Amino acid sequence: MDTVVLLRAVPDPVEELELDDTGTDLDRDFLGFVLNEFDDHALEEALLLKEDAGGTVTVVALGTADEVDQMLHTAVAKGADAAVKLGDDLGALDAHAQAELFSAALADRSPDLVLCGVQASDELDGQVAMLVAAKLELPHVSVVVATAPAAEGLTVTKEYWAGITADFDVSLPAVLGIQAARQAPRYVAVSRIRQAQEAGLLEEADAEPAGPSSGVRVVGLRIPDVGDGAEMLPADEEEAADRIVELLRAAGVGGPS
Amino acid sequence: MSGNILVVTEHLSGAFTDATFELLALARNLAGVSGAEVDAALIGNSVEGLVGELGVADRVLLIDDPALESFNPVGHTASVVSLVDATEPRVVLVPYTSTGMDIASHVSAQCGLPLVSYCQSVDASSAGLSATCQLYAGKLLADVEVDGDRAVFAMLSGAAPAADGRREGAPAVEARAAPPEAAASTTRFRALGEPEAGDVDITAQDVLVVVGRGIDSEDNIEEAVELAEVLGGAVAASRPIVDQGWLPKTRQVGKSGLTVKPKVYLALGVSGAPEHVEGMRDSSTIIAVNTDPHAPIFGVAHYGWVGDLFDILPELTDRIGG
Ligand SMILES: Cc1cc2nc3c(=O)[nH]c(=O)nc-3n(C[C@H](O)[C@H](O)[C@H](O)COP(=O)(O)OP(=O)(O)OC[C@H]3O[C@@H](n4cnc5c(N)ncnc54)[C@H](O)[C@@H]3O)c2cc1C
Ligand SMILES: Nc1ncnc2c1ncn2[C@@H]1O[C@H](COP(=O)(O)O)[C@@H](O)[C@H]1O
Repeated sequence: MDTVVLLRAVPDPVEELELDDTGTDLDRDFLGFVLNEFDDHALEEALLLKEDAGGTVTVVALGTADEVDQMLHTAVAKGADAAVKLGDDLGALDAHAQAELFSAALADRSPDLVLCGVQASDELDGQVAMLVAAKLELPHVSVVVATAPAAEGLTVTKEYWAGITADFDVSLPAVLGIQAARQAPRYVAVSRIRQAQEAGLLEEADAEPAGPSSGVRVVGLRIPDVGDGAEMLPADEEEAADRIVELLRAAGVGGPS
Repeated sequence: MSGNILVVTEHLSGAFTDATFELLALARNLAGVSGAEVDAALIGNSVEGLVGELGVADRVLLIDDPALESFNPVGHTASVVSLVDATEPRVVLVPYTSTGMDIASHVSAQCGLPLVSYCQSVDASSAGLSATCQLYAGKLLADVEVDGDRAVFAMLSGAAPAADGRREGAPAVEARAAPPEAAASTTRFRALGEPEAGDVDITAQDVLVVVGRGIDSEDNIEEAVELAEVLGGAVAASRPIVDQGWLPKTRQVGKSGLTVKPKVYLALGVSGAPEHVEGMRDSSTIIAVNTDPHAPIFGVAHYGWVGDLFDILPELTDRIGG
């Protein structure tokens, strides 16, 4: 089974987000980027499927930013067989335009399986995985938490809510949006990443920035005023702990108030 | 274009989800402003009995077919696409849930409509379509306008009160044939999986000590367990903690976990992503501890402390247990 995993760098969730002068985008100059956590799970699931059933794993990312190289080298160090950078200088693309690029690239490679993270937190106009499935007219399942090779294709577990899941038989080729791999994503030693870097396996492929706009325009970004909700407790931890104990007891837990 | 508002309903094992009623309530509000009619898409097998619960809708667009007995990502998606193509609604409301995540992007791509995701509110006045969306796991709000006069909106939980969307009635039913993809599906439903049993029931606790990624390692969870024990409650967690295998699925709060309403919800190192918040926002008292003063959790918490959870956790355990 030949699997392609789409990897995407997103602003590091631990960093503070600041707006640029237009007020419609992030100030990206000082922002750190990391692999979207759901893509890490998609890669893990692809590697597990390869261990189950053989085949290859190819990781694909858009653009030429440093973090893209880093992401791809890490994936190779973890066990991906090939890594592809699509296009350069693409600029900001919405999910529809990205899906257009991926669909064209994937149609050429005709993999058996395409895995993406279930979502990225910064894409307003839809999920790339399902847009790719729609464009390539492939069967699709989103919110996937496990896969297993089956007689024809794959058995795929989709998560609903409250611990309820549904199993599907899916014929290949197919596109899956991965919420979580069967097991936590593996770690890889920095020395292995450096080896992958030195091996210089990254393939660069051309991609024409696609035309169609999603028809969705951001007119303003705002940081929600979170202070509105909560009454903030004193900065001193002793005082804060005293207040929390009072609050707990007033609510009838943790002993008599 | 019909000018109508189409709600994609969602049901499992014969019962509509809350998301369905929230969207019906929202659709009714939007229709009140624009004078449009509300259509509800009902897709399944032998589901006509559910029509009576959709009293808020003016009309039910029914696709009833044995091939659609259980939700099928391909079959149900194709069915919604066929209804959108046939009735050309102005606004399509899809729940941003597990089933909606298969449907929304396809309707956008196949019907050629803009899609706005992560919406917390929508405006469909005569001036045009716009929405407010939560980006970056709730850390930013985006005000968005749509080109053209039709669009699909994937709605986060909580856009309108579900209670306002629950009304019995007898809306007109318009039955339509299932599209060919429903029967020829390359994706076949096999079985539902039930939640694991045997662990403590976090929905039945008076107090939950809830750990998020801020807890940093599996070993540190023990400290939270100690506090939960002296409080007479239980430890619960955000999704990443469960995905790491540090706590069982039965402890997960949120969209794909459980919905809890304890007397006290003490969140330690939880950022407050919308998928987490939808499972805990109705708790009586929410106390949040986070190093980031801008963490969205402080928007839903009643009390907040900005600081390191490892500084305050032992203090609390000492005071209560000691
Ligand atoms: C379809 C779908 C379903 C989902 N379902 C769920 C669900 O059911 N439940 C759920 O929880 N999530 C769910 N998620 C994931 C959700 O989007 C978030 O990724 C998740 O809730 C984040 O968890 P977190 O707050 O623990 O981690 P993070 O967002 O990483 O937040 C960690 C927080 O800890 C703080 N912190 C770090 N160190 C410390 C310290 N020492 N002291 C105090 N604070 C500290 C940081 O400031 C940060 O705010 C779902 C996602 C999708 C796409
Ligand atoms: N620019 C990109 N490069 C590579 N993969 C992407 C890109 N955009 C989206 N994806 C994939 O699609 C998933 C869902 O992202 P999104 O659709 O943007 O919410 C991501 O987790 C990736 O797997």
